[in-house]
Amino acid sequence: MAIPELKERWAGRINPVTIGATRAGGGTRGRTITVGGQMGIPYLDFDGQTPNPPVIALDVLDQAPADWPAPLAEVYRDVWSDPAAWAVRAKQLGADLINLRLVSTHPDEGDRSPAEAAATVRAVLEAVDLPLIIWGCDVPAKDQMVMPKVAEAAQGENCLLGAVTEGDYRTLAAAAQAYGHKLIALAPCDINKQKQVNILVSDTGFPLEDVVIYPTTAALGYGMEYVYSILERGRLAALAGDRLMAQPVILDVGYEAWRTKEARSGDEVAATWGKAAQRGPAWEAVTAADLLQGGADILVMRHPAAVEAVRKLTRDLVGESAMAAAG
Amino acid sequence: MALTGLEIYKHLPKTNCKDCGFPTCLAFAMKVATKQVALEKCTHITAAGAAALESASRPPIQLVVIGAGEAEVKIGNETQLYRHEEKFHRPTAVAVRISDALDEAAQAGRAEAIRKLVFERVGMQIRANLAAVDNESGDAARFEKAAKLASEKSGRAVVLISAKAANLRRAAAALSGQRPLLFITDPTEAEAAARIAKDEKCPLAIRAGGVEALAEVAPKVAAAGVEEIVLDPGTRCVKATLDALTKIRRAALKNFRALGYPTVALTSAVDPTMQAVEASTYVAKYAGIVVTDAIEPWQILPVLTTRQDIYTDPQKPVAVEPRLYEVGGVSAESPVLVTTNFSLSYYSVEGEVEASRVPAYILAVDTEGTSVLTAWASDKFNAESITKALKKSDIEKRLSHRKLVLPGFVAVLSAGVEDESGWSVMIGPKEASGLPNFLKKQWVA
Repeated sequence: MAIPELKERWAGRINPVTIGATRAGGGTRGRTITVGGQMGIPYLDFDGQTPNPPVIALDVLDQAPADWPAPLAEVYRDVWSDPAAWAVRAKQLGADLINLRLVSTHPDEGDRSPAEAAATVRAVLEAVDLPLIIWGCDVPAKDQMVMPKVAEAAQGENCLLGAVTEGDYRTLAAAAQAYGHKLIALAPCDINKQKQVNILVSDTGFPLEDVVIYPTTAALGYGMEYVYSILERGRLAALAGDRLMAQPVILDVGYEAWRTKEARSGDEVAATWGKAAQRGPAWEAVTAADLLQGGADILVMRHPAAVEAVRKLTRDLVGESAMAAAG
Repeated sequence: MALTGLEIYKHLPKTNCKDCGFPTCLAFAMKVATKQVALEKCTHITAAGAAALESASRPPIQLVVIGAGEAEVKIGNETQLYRHEEKFHRPTAVAVRISDALDEAAQAGRAEAIRKLVFERVGMQIRANLAAVDNESGDAARFEKAAKLASEKSGRAVVLISAKAANLRRAAAALSGQRPLLFITDPTEAEAAARIAKDEKCPLAIRAGGVEALAEVAPKVAAAGVEEIVLDPGTRCVKATLDALTKIRRAALKNFRALGYPTVALTSAVDPTMQAVEASTYVAKYAGIVVTDAIEPWQILPVLTTRQDIYTDPQKPVAVEPRLYEVGGVSAESPVLVTTNFSLSYYSVEGEVEASRVPAYILAVDTEGTSVLTAWASDKFNAESITKALKKSDIEKRLSHRKLVLPGFVAVLSAGVEDESGWSVMIGPKEASGLPNFLKKQWVA
């Protein structure tokens, strides 16, 4: 019996966005990373190509984290007081990009100066040749001082800088444009707000083709389905031709997954939930795997076992040949 | 697929004879469309018209019932590709595999482990639903014995997987009345297996090499008298399986009858974490049943949680009853923690209070099931609603103090709540995870 036509007719595609710059591109990175470019529902070749696999960025904090549970501490404790050494570890663990969080610039967390933050960024750039994602401390007044200095210190490296919001976008957008970086546009789980942020950014003269969007993230069992449906709706809008939703997506999987009771609890709950050493990474990996089906391009992660599982998954989903083509 | 009144009207006699009790055929059709009256009330409809209506009103994906009594599981009857359109209705049945090639003790061990795969999450019990007995040995007697053992020790409905129809007959007969899902893995045996499924009144899962092949085999099985069919496209890697599951769902929702059945997907990964990742991917993307070797709680819990998340009704936040709750042995000095009646908010707080071992009252304010920040933004979580919940709870009489603990994210409400209620307000942590520390170190009655 002849099966009816099952491919949807899509009018749009996700923008391809490249992060990082090699010497040829005016930077010092060993390679660049390109995400996006999809022409159909995630990973369905019959529906539309997935030219670039989803990529994994590993978290690096600019100071030792106070509350990371044992399975993470075991992996990073010996390097986490030195962001450069931590970045080297992240590269060894298979990161495609470094996700640098300048948490110590927070007024309550050390209040480090813009100059110190810039020095941290330079140290990380020298320590590893991977492309960088750089976040401030999420206090707009402070980020407005720190991020321009950081953008300047990383001039030409084509980093991905986060994040502009509806209420706070001018300074960061100007800095990204002035020093040749890409931008993350944040709107928590709201497609209309996301479009609004994108319009505001675009109105400053920053090209929408250089934007990655961040709808925030929720862990498995903690509202994951809200984000999942926002991702699906966003992707359907983009494929239907909406240029304001055609940006690749970044998700903060590691941070959210490792906040959950299921990942954080130790072996005192082993009798009902299993050992912490396997449970936490599985929670992070499954959170990532589920959200990949909604439609995601950059996953920020933490545990190497979760990274390994998600890497195997994305290799299978995209197909080895596409992975090889991507380098 | 639900028919409209006009679509039904086309197949009626259009005589307005009123025998059905309605003034016109159109009025009757409208009532049938909303399921307020049965089509049978029209005694003049032609056989062809009735058949056309019956087939058109059949759901695009067949309902399949596996197991009986407490162990019963229903899959199918889905209507959407994307959950934001309308909720997914029948959660994926999670089946854990038991090979009959294992020795008897190992089989029993796995079946007992399946029985224990039950978890409590946000007030709901979630569990692995099926024990999938795989006739890996190829031996009929061994298969029959394994089927009985699995059913008895797991307490779950059973999937019987075999390449041989004759072996399925024997095991199915042994589980007579328990309505196991028969799963024939050799496509050339599908029609023989269909006769057994018909005789034993069991649903039947069939495997064929790809979606096109399934569309050839399924109608033959249906023609042999089996209505409840489950489709296995025979793929063994994530990409190909995802592709097939999506094609089958899309075809079914286009009313392509040959593929109008729920699906079964088998995980192929050897790595234990990958098994959980693979199973969860299929749960998110349309599988009616997932069969997996994963059996450890740390593997199954994320799969079942994925199912719980994905099958949540997106139009209806999961809420708890708005009222006062007690955790632990509360006394007149116990704290009163205020949160919303959004289930995730409430259960996060409850879980942390339990973990802290500090007895406490939790006041779940009626915010129509929205979270703390959402409810605050939409003015459902404010001084008035909190005070109202407080008065209604009548907790005043049971306490020696007049102190409320508000979530840190809504510290801005504290002055208003103090004015409105006359109680004093303490600002709690922003995240529930900060509660144990807060209760032990900062709370004083």
